[in-house]
Amino acid sequence: MPEVESDVRLEGVTKRFGDHVAVDALDLEIERGAFFAMLGPSGCGKTTTLRMIGGFEEPTSGRVHLGGEDVTDRPPFRRDVNTVFQSYALFPHLTVEKNIAFGLERQKLGKAEVKQRVAEALDMVQLGSFGARRPSELSGGQQQRVALARALVNRPRALLLDEPLGALDLRLRKELQLELKRLQRELGITFVHVTHDQEEAMSMADTIAVMREGRIDQAGSATDLYETPRTEFVASFLGISNFVDGRVIGADGDVASVETHDGAQLRLPAARLDAHGDVRIGVRPEKVQLAEPGGDVPSGWNVLRGQVIVAAFLGVSIQYLIRAAGGEELTVIAPNRDGTAPDVFTVGRDVLLTWNPDFTFVVEKEAPT
Amino acid sequence: MRTRADRVRAWFLGLWTGVALLYLFIPVFVIAAFSFNDNQGRFNFTWQGFTLRHWENPFADPDLALAMKNSLLIAGISTAIAVVLGTFMALALVRYVFRGRGATDMFVFLPLATPEVVLGASLLGLFLTMAVTTGFTTIVIAHVMFTISYVVVTVKARLEGMDRHIEEAAMDLGATEWTAIRKITLPMIAPGVLAAALLAAAISVDDYVITSFNAGQTTTFPLFIFGATRQGVPPAVNVLATGLLVIILLLLALNVMVQRRLAARDRAAMPSR
Ligand SMILES: Nc1ncnc2c1ncn2[C@@H]1O[C@H](COP(=O)(O)OP(=O)(O)O)[C@@H](O)[C@H]1O
Ligand SMILES: [Mg+2]
Repeated sequence: MPEVESDVRLEGVTKRFGDHVAVDALDLEIERGAFFAMLGPSGCGKTTTLRMIGGFEEPTSGRVHLGGEDVTDRPPFRRDVNTVFQSYALFPHLTVEKNIAFGLERQKLGKAEVKQRVAEALDMVQLGSFGARRPSELSGGQQQRVALARALVNRPRALLLDEPLGALDLRLRKELQLELKRLQRELGITFVHVTHDQEEAMSMADTIAVMREGRIDQAGSATDLYETPRTEFVASFLGISNFVDGRVIGADGDVASVETHDGAQLRLPAARLDAHGDVRIGVRPEKVQLAEPGGDVPSGWNVLRGQVIVAAFLGVSIQYLIRAAGGEELTVIAPNRDGTAPDVFTVGRDVLLTWNPDFTFVVEKEAPT
Repeated sequence: MRTRADRVRAWFLGLWTGVALLYLFIPVFVIAAFSFNDNQGRFNFTWQGFTLRHWENPFADPDLALAMKNSLLIAGISTAIAVVLGTFMALALVRYVFRGRGATDMFVFLPLATPEVVLGASLLGLFLTMAVTTGFTTIVIAHVMFTISYVVVTVKARLEGMDRHIEEAAMDLGATEWTAIRKITLPMIAPGVLAAALLAAAISVDDYVITSFNAGQTTTFPLFIFGATRQGVPPAVNVLATGLLVIILLLLALNVMVQRRLAARDRAAMPSR
C-alpha cells in the first residue's frame, strides 16, 4: 500500500513569546481527510499552534509540513490552507460575493469560473440570495457561514478553524456543528478545529488532541479519550471521573490487581498498567452500579464500600455523591430506569459500588502543585 | 416628571450655550457680513449699506488673486505629500515592529507640541545654513513637515481600531502583503485618510506663523491679509474668506457624514465580543 502523506505534520514545534513557552516541542500528524480537533482550556496554545500551521506565527524551533512539503519558512499566501478566524475577519467594505471571490481572484482565475464557484460556495452554506449584501447586513451565524464559504471556495488542503462557533448562541452553535460535520464529510477536506468545548470536540471530530500548557496530553478518538484517559487532566476535562489510589499487587493473565490504601482489591485490564508500585486508577460515574450491602454482585466485578452523602434526582438519572470507605468522594450516575431508586439509596445509607473491571483505567499521577 | 426647576435649568443652559456660540462665531459673522458692505474709501469697518458688488469680481486685485492661488496650490501639494508619507508612516508604526519605533512615534508627535514660532524659525535657520532660497518650495516643505504629524495621528487611530485578523485573512486567501494593503487595508482606512487630508489642507491654507518665516518673496492668502490690514483690508478679502469658509464647512460636513456611515458599517461587521 502506498504511503499517503499526512496533510499536516508538526515536528518538534516550539513557540516562545519572551520567556513564556506557548507551544512546547509539539509533534502532531493529521491524516488526509480527517476531522481533527485540538481541545484544551484557554491559554494552552491552541491558537498559536493553528497560527503556525497557517503561517501567521513563525515557530521558535521545529518544522511545519503540509502534504509532505516543508513550509516552515513560507508566508501564509504561499500555503494551501485556509483559516476561519474566530472574529470571522470578513472584509467589511466588500459584498459577500466579493469576500468569497477574494481568494479566487488572487489565483487569477477567469471571471466566469470565479462567478460560478462563488455561486456554488454560497449555495453550499445556504446563503444563495445574500451575495450582494455587506457583512454588516448579516446576522452572526450568517457571517460565520460567509467566512466558511470564503475559505472553502479555494479548495484548500486543510481548513483551519479557530473556535469558529465561539461567538454564537447555543442553539446556533448546535446547528452549525452539524453543518460543519456535513460539509467536512461531503468535501473530504481535512479540518483542524480548535475549541475549548469538550462536547463540541467529541461530537464532531474523528481524532481529538487534548492540549495542556503547550503540549498534547493525549490524542485519540472521542471513545478512546473518554473510556481510557491516560492522564488525570484528560479524564477530568472530558467529563466526570472518580479516582482511587492504590498499589499494584500482581497480575493474573490479562487481569491485574491493585490494592487500595484501605485494603480493598480492585481489578483492571493488565495492558493498561505500565507502571509498578503506586498507581492512580479511575472509573466513569455511569459505569458504577450501586448495590445494597450483602446484595448480589456479578462475579469478578470490583467492589468498594461507601455511604451516600448526596442523592440528586435529575429526572433522566440520579446523581449520587458517595464517600468510600477509604475516604474518597466518588460520583455515581444511575439511570432512572424504574423511578424508585432515590427511595432505595437515601442519604446516609451504606452501599456497595460495583463495576466491571474492563471499565477501570489508569492515569498518570499529577505532580502535586 | 419635569419640574419647574428643571425647565428653568434647561432654559438657562440653552441660553448659555447660545451666548457661548455667539461669542465664538461673531467674528465669522462680521467677516461674512462685511463682504456685503457698500463701503466708501479704503476702510471696511463701519456698515454703510448692502451691496453685492464685491462678490462680482473678487479676483480683481492681481496680488490677492495670486496669494489665493499660491495658498490653494501649496495646500494641495503639501497635503498630497503629507497624506502619502503620513499614511505609510502610520502603517509602519502600527503594523510592524522595528528598531526605533518608539522614538519615531514620539518624534512624529513632537511638531504638534512645539510652538510654531520655534518650528518656523528653526526651519528658516536650516534653509539659510543650506543656502536654500526661500519661496514657494520651502513653504511646501514646511507645510508637509507640520501637517504630516496630523496625518499620522489621524490615520494611526483608524488603523488601531481595525481588526488585525482582517489583513491576515487577506494573506490567508493568497494576497501578498502589498496586495493586502492595497485591496483591504487602504480601502478600510480610507475615511481616516480623507479626514487627515481635509485637516492637513485646512491647516495649510490657514497657516501664518511658519509660512511667514519661510515664504521669501512668495505671498499666501494669510500673509496677504496680514499685510493688507496695515493699509485697510479690501472687501475682496472678506469675500474670499467667506467663500473659503463655506467650502471648508461643506467639506467638513461631508466628512462627518462619510465617517458616520462607515463607522456604522464597521461596527456591524464585528461580532459581539
Ligand atoms: N503574540 C503573543 N505575545 C505574547 N504572548 C502570547 C502571544 N500570543 C499568545 N500568547 C500567549 O501564549 C499562550 C497561548 O496562547 P493561545 O495560543 O492564544 O492559547 P489558546 O488559543 O489555547 O487559548 C497564552 O499564555 C498567551 O498569553
Ligand atoms: Mg485561542
